Amino acid sequence: MLANLKSNRAWDSRLNEKKRRCNAVNKLANGKVLATDSFVEALEKLIVAGDRVVLEGNNQKQADFLARKLSQVDPNIIHNLHMLMPSIGLPEHLDIFEKGIAKKLDFSFSGTQSLRISQLLADHILEIGAIHTYIELYARLFVDLIPNVALVAAYKADRNGNLYTGPSTEDTPSIVEATAFKNGIVIAQVNELVDDEADLPRVDIPASWVDFVVVADKPFFIEPLFTRDPRLIKPIHVLMGMMAIKGIYAKHQVKSLNHGIGFNTAAIELLLPTYGEQLGLKGKICQHWALNPHPTLIPAIECGWVETVHCFGGELGMEKYMAARPDIFFTGHDGSMRSNRTLCQLAGQYGVDMFVGSTLQVDGLGNSSTVTHGRLSGFGGAPNMGHDPHGRRHATSAWLDMMQSQNPVDRGHKLVVQMVETFQAGAKPTFVEQLDAVEVGKESDMPIAPVMIYGDDITHVLTEEGIAYLYQAKSLEERRAMVAAVAGITDIGLGVDSKRVAQFRKEGKVAFPQDLGIQPTQAQRSLLAANSIADLVEWSDGLYDPPARFKSW
Amino acid sequence: MERIELTYPATEKLQHKALAGVVGSGDLEAMFIPHQEKMLKIIIKTSVDGSKHRWQNLFNRFASLHALPMGTLEINDFASTPGVAKLRIEQVFEEANYA
Repeated sequence: MLANLKSNRAWDSRLNEKKRRCNAVNKLANGKVLATDSFVEALEKLIVAGDRVVLEGNNQKQADFLARKLSQVDPNIIHNLHMLMPSIGLPEHLDIFEKGIAKKLDFSFSGTQSLRISQLLADHILEIGAIHTYIELYARLFVDLIPNVALVAAYKADRNGNLYTGPSTEDTPSIVEATAFKNGIVIAQVNELVDDEADLPRVDIPASWVDFVVVADKPFFIEPLFTRDPRLIKPIHVLMGMMAIKGIYAKHQVKSLNHGIGFNTAAIELLLPTYGEQLGLKGKICQHWALNPHPTLIPAIECGWVETVHCFGGELGMEKYMAARPDIFFTGHDGSMRSNRTLCQLAGQYGVDMFVGSTLQVDGLGNSSTVTHGRLSGFGGAPNMGHDPHGRRHATSAWLDMMQSQNPVDRGHKLVVQMVETFQAGAKPTFVEQLDAVEVGKESDMPIAPVMIYGDDITHVLTEEGIAYLYQAKSLEERRAMVAAVAGITDIGLGVDSKRVAQFRKEGKVAFPQDLGIQPTQAQRSLLAANSIADLVEWSDGLYDPPARFKSW
Repeated sequence: MERIELTYPATEKLQHKALAGVVGSGDLEAMFIPHQEKMLKIIIKTSVDGSKHRWQNLFNRFASLHALPMGTLEINDFASTPGVAKLRIEQVFEEANYA
């Protein structure tokens, strides 16, 4: 036996280190409950310089108290942290880097902080490991980015550490699992502490996975990111929505899907009970959704279009409505909705037939990104939902409809639809020769350009000009010409050969609105099932309780 | 504010005056008045300076896909996107045809 090759290492160093740290806060804790006022001191003992720390925060729920407290630790004691953050949504998230507490960042989405991240990166105040899609980052928490400490948020905890996360369960189970079962330390901020498990509506995270809880000074922040006010939907969104329903959803009989957020998709949701009904599509399309609880889906649900919705996260104001529709939404025995971002991303990857998203830039081949000069926005879930999962083995009619060859071992393809106006406000063209992401990637020393959705995954590009059925393209050159055919008067679109466009329309490779029988005068806001937030409240029988900022009454 | 005038040969006879769109940010108001001359006269008043080239491209493309109507088209533009502009122009011509 090669005994001399056997390592002499200790095999339980992480466990021993965890015990050491937990013992160090004995005096600051009452069982698992850490005192709010001495919490910074506790953090300085539970976290060690150089640690990998996962801080919960995504495009909805934010562990904002923990973020604030982490930004108050002494950088002489705690520095060089490697932060793992699904989303960077708060100023405090970047204060941690400016103060020298953390150095490296692996993340998915940055939204409101995208400009500041770009600046900090340019100033070498932070280093970026990679920009991920959500489940890609969660996956790495179990491989090469295993956390030493997890900082998460819950509505309620009992004194033993059982957590109630309710409609906003989101990322918590995945983050906690990666930490708790690898001898990391799990700390939860809660809005409310109760004495006993019986006082919790239900247990979403069991106590044995949680090391400490702390009562936050105020309830955690949630962004109502998925609420779109129907008043802001314009006739052009109605036009594009009608084109999508007739030219894609109905054509391919799409039964299961995910919608990215935006006014285009909000318009589609509000057109189902009106335009979709006129076309006789109820029961034929849009029955199963992997979707956040969009308030604009309420009329379609109430009219019987929707059978099921599984959610990544919650949405402020939708709680009572969802609890009252348990046949549609996933709910616990207490009645409240249960979300789970990891599982919903999996559902959106493997379970659904179509992803419809939007973006800021599309190049001639259909590659797209929301990363533009000075704006490192990240991706969130779009690259995951917006790709064809090659591991898929079940067939549906929509998936099979994408098959183009007679090859006996060919497979179908998920429908990946980019729905964009050719120009955005401020005369910014959406279609560009080269994505800004290419330059940004080079400037930031990234090994690959931060592309959100690759052109070869895209099956359809829909603009106000028309639909390009890219899955039918026979070559890259033809794909480029089909994109140009719907790119309007952008530089890409101006290069178009009008005879070739006519040929594409004849062959069904490109469809203009009139080819679909859609008249411009039909594109009226009056076609929407709801014209205001107040209409949505009425559709919900008063169960939807919108946040104050959306109330005009 | 910028004022842009464009003229295109036109052949279609539309019967009616028509108005489409709204005065509001990101939108435009388009008014069509038919006449007997075989040309479409376009007068654009826009809040966006330096946009003449884009309007020319928009109408060149429009003309390549549609027969243009004989008349005057007045546009009051409040930073609409080319997509919104095209939709409003299509709407006003359609209204002028059937109103």
